[in-house]
Order: sequence, then C-alpha cells, then structure tokens
Amino acid sequence: MNKKIYFLILFVVLVFSQVFVFNNILFLGYVNPYLYIAFIFLYPLNKNRFLFLFLSFLLGLSVDFFLDSGGIHAFATLTIGYLRLFFIKVYLKKYEIDYPFFKLHAEAFGKVFNYVVTLTLIHHFILFSFANFSFQNITHVLLNTLLSSVFTLLLYFLAIFIFTKKQ
Amino acid sequence: MQQLIYFFQKFKYFLFFLMLQFIALGLSFNNLNFQKSKFVNSANAVTGGFYNKASNISSYFNLKEVNTSLLEENRLLRTQLHQNKYNNIAIDSTIIDTLKYLQKFTYTSAKIINNNYTNAFNFLTINRGEKHGIEKEMAVINSKGIIGVTDNVNANYTRVQSILNENSKLNARLKNSRYFGTLQWNGKDYNTVQLIDIPRQAPIEIGDTIETGGKSAIFPEGILIGKVINVNSNKTVNNAIDVQLFNDMSNLEPVYVVKNLHKIAIQSIENIQDE
Repeated sequence: MNKKIYFLILFVVLVFSQVFVFNNILFLGYVNPYLYIAFIFLYPLNKNRFLFLFLSFLLGLSVDFFLDSGGIHAFATLTIGYLRLFFIKVYLKKYEIDYPFFKLHAEAFGKVFNYVVTLTLIHHFILFSFANFSFQNITHVLLNTLLSSVFTLLLYFLAIFIFTKKQ
Repeated sequence: MQQLIYFFQKFKYFLFFLMLQFIALGLSFNNLNFQKSKFVNSANAVTGGFYNKASNISSYFNLKEVNTSLLEENRLLRTQLHQNKYNNIAIDSTIIDTLKYLQKFTYTSAKIINNNYTNAFNFLTINRGEKHGIEKEMAVINSKGIIGVTDNVNANYTRVQSILNENSKLNARLKNSRYFGTLQWNGKDYNTVQLIDIPRQAPIEIGDTIETGGKSAIFPEGILIGKVINVNSNKTVNNAIDVQLFNDMSNLEPVYVVKNLHKIAIQSIENIQDE
C-alpha cells in the first residue's frame, strides 16, 4: 500500500516537473531533458504487466495533454515500457523468479547504465522522429536525440545519486 | 478454438501493447489535422487551469517589457486616431451614413498562458474560450504582427495553431507592390518564416515589409508580419523568400483575437463558386 502511494506521488511529481520546469529549460535554444521516463526505470517489475503498460501509456498521455503533441509521448513511453523486460533480461540477466526482489540501483552500475542509456535513446529517438514527422530534418532529429539524451541521463543519475539513501 | 485461446493467452501483453499503441498513433495523426476536433489538447479545464496559474506567477517577470510594448502600441493608435480626424475634415463633402453597419472586425483581448516554439508543430494556449465568444478559425494577432489561428475551443481556454507550425498556411503580400503569396514555416528557425509562390516579376528587395493580404476570411488586411531578409532570386521552384518576423515568438503575452463578422457571408459566396 505504501509503495502504491509512493509511485502515485512520483507519477504526479514527474509529470508536473516535466511540464513546468524541464520543458522550459531550452538549453542552446532547443535542448530539453525528458526526465519523466524515470518512472519507467523505477517502477517495480511485475509478472502481470497490464497495470504497468497502462500506467506508462497514461504517463505519456498526461505529458501530451500539456504539450499539445497529440499522442507522441504516449507512443514513445509505451514502447520503452514494453521493451523494459527484454532489456532487463539482456543486460541484467533477471528472470521472472527474481522480479519480487529486484532493485535496479542495487545492481552493478555499469549494467544499470547500459540499460538506462538504451531505453532513453530509444524513447528520445521515437519522440523526436514523430515530433518532426518527416525525413527532411533527419540530422536535426539525430542531434536533438543525442543532446537531449545526454541531458536526461545526466539529470537522472544526479537525481538518483542525491535521493538514494546511503547504507 | 483452443488454439485461439492459447494464442491470446500467450500474446496477451503484446496485444494490449499494440492496442494502446494504435490509440496513441491515432491521437498523433488526429492532432495534425486542422479540420478535426481533438480530444488531447491543452485547452481543457485541467491543463488550461494549471497553465493559467503558472502564467499568473511567471507574468510578473516580464511586466516591464509588456508595459513598454503596450505603451508603444497606444502611441501608434493615438497617432492614427488623429490622422483619421484630420482626413474626415478634409473629405467633408462626402456624406458618411453612420446608420450603416460598417464594422467588419471585433477584437477580444487575451493572454497567452502556454507558448511553444521549438517543435515542428507548435501550439499556444490562450485564456479565452467559448464563454468570451471565441470560435474556431479566428485570427490571433498582437501589436507587432500575426501569431496564429484558433484551433480547438473549450469553455474557458482556446488552443491556437501558431504560425510556427508546418501545417499553417496563410495569405500574405508585399506592402509596397501588393504581389501576394503563401506564408508558411519550414520548421527550422523560430524567427524566420517563408513566403512562397510570389510572382517572379514582383520586385523584391531585402528589407521589404510583408503584411497579411486580406484574401482570407480569417485575417484582416494589412496586419504586419515581418521583413524580407533573404531573396533566392528565382533559383528555386516555389521562389521562397525568407521573412524575419517582427514578433519575437519566444516572448509573447497580451494578444488580440479577431472575429470577422462577414466570415459566413464570404464563405457562402466562395462555396457557391466552387460548385
């Protein structure tokens, strides 16, 4: 029960911080971090995935509502929400038995880094290709993906470093 | 049958994922279509309300600039007012029938509470809606130039399709020679828009002023847009000219929504000719 409330608060805080803070940074005129996808990384693994898939769709959609982007955030977030388990298997070698005891940041940093970087790049690439909606400015899409990913990852690991308790 | 149930059992997550994915895709495509009304937009009561609250706080930071620009606009309008009086005396011999209904446009003041200018398809949100008489396809302007066209209207808030949207196309002309073309945006620089399909014989110099052409039922005639900064001198197919906007689209606040009272009359005539 405690955990459910925690993730509900996290959901709301991430959406609002994205819409009112991170979306107004515009570093170099156009680079924004998209930190709300931290929800996808932090949400506990479950055998039943319906709730999680629906939540990741809802997370993207709530950002879409504010940013007038139709459904592109929902599309990108849902995609990495679905691919999450696959990359957990590939990078972290965790299977269904390990899910209840799994804690992302108790794992080795290198593996976690690979996992987070892959999902962030996929999300940002889908997001910017859909936002651009044509093949004309493909260099712009790639550059934006790269710069925004670096920004997001920097903020994500910084936040994790600050908010996790030291043993 | 058992095979079918087994199939659903095995791929239930993937099918659920696909279903949500199709919904998201549908919403994305729908968002780019100007004719359709949208479910996902920032003009609804919840998002509009939050944006309004945030804008109430952040608007204090550029109060000074907004005041200066409003003062400048007042000065301009006062000057025009006196010119008008003088003209009226000069053409005293013509009879002006004041009972005739001469007004063509009405203006509603509004405030931009959400501004986007970094994407390829940008939208703004303003704090006026159906309650204040806003409808779909009305022009949004400010003292320096054009801003966009209203798109989705809710009770209290309206979404505006910015001119910085790759789907926006509007009629514009050169101020001195009255040759007209279509104004659109290529999605790159938010200070520069493109004027295309201008006739090749039109004399264009760098620094020429571009204004709205008045050949649409949305924008009034002669609203300023920007100045020419780059001429391709007939090297491209559509003869595109780069136009720098007078407006700084990244820093907008008070705007006017223009209602054309003759819109229905104009459109009904245009539709008859089409048939």
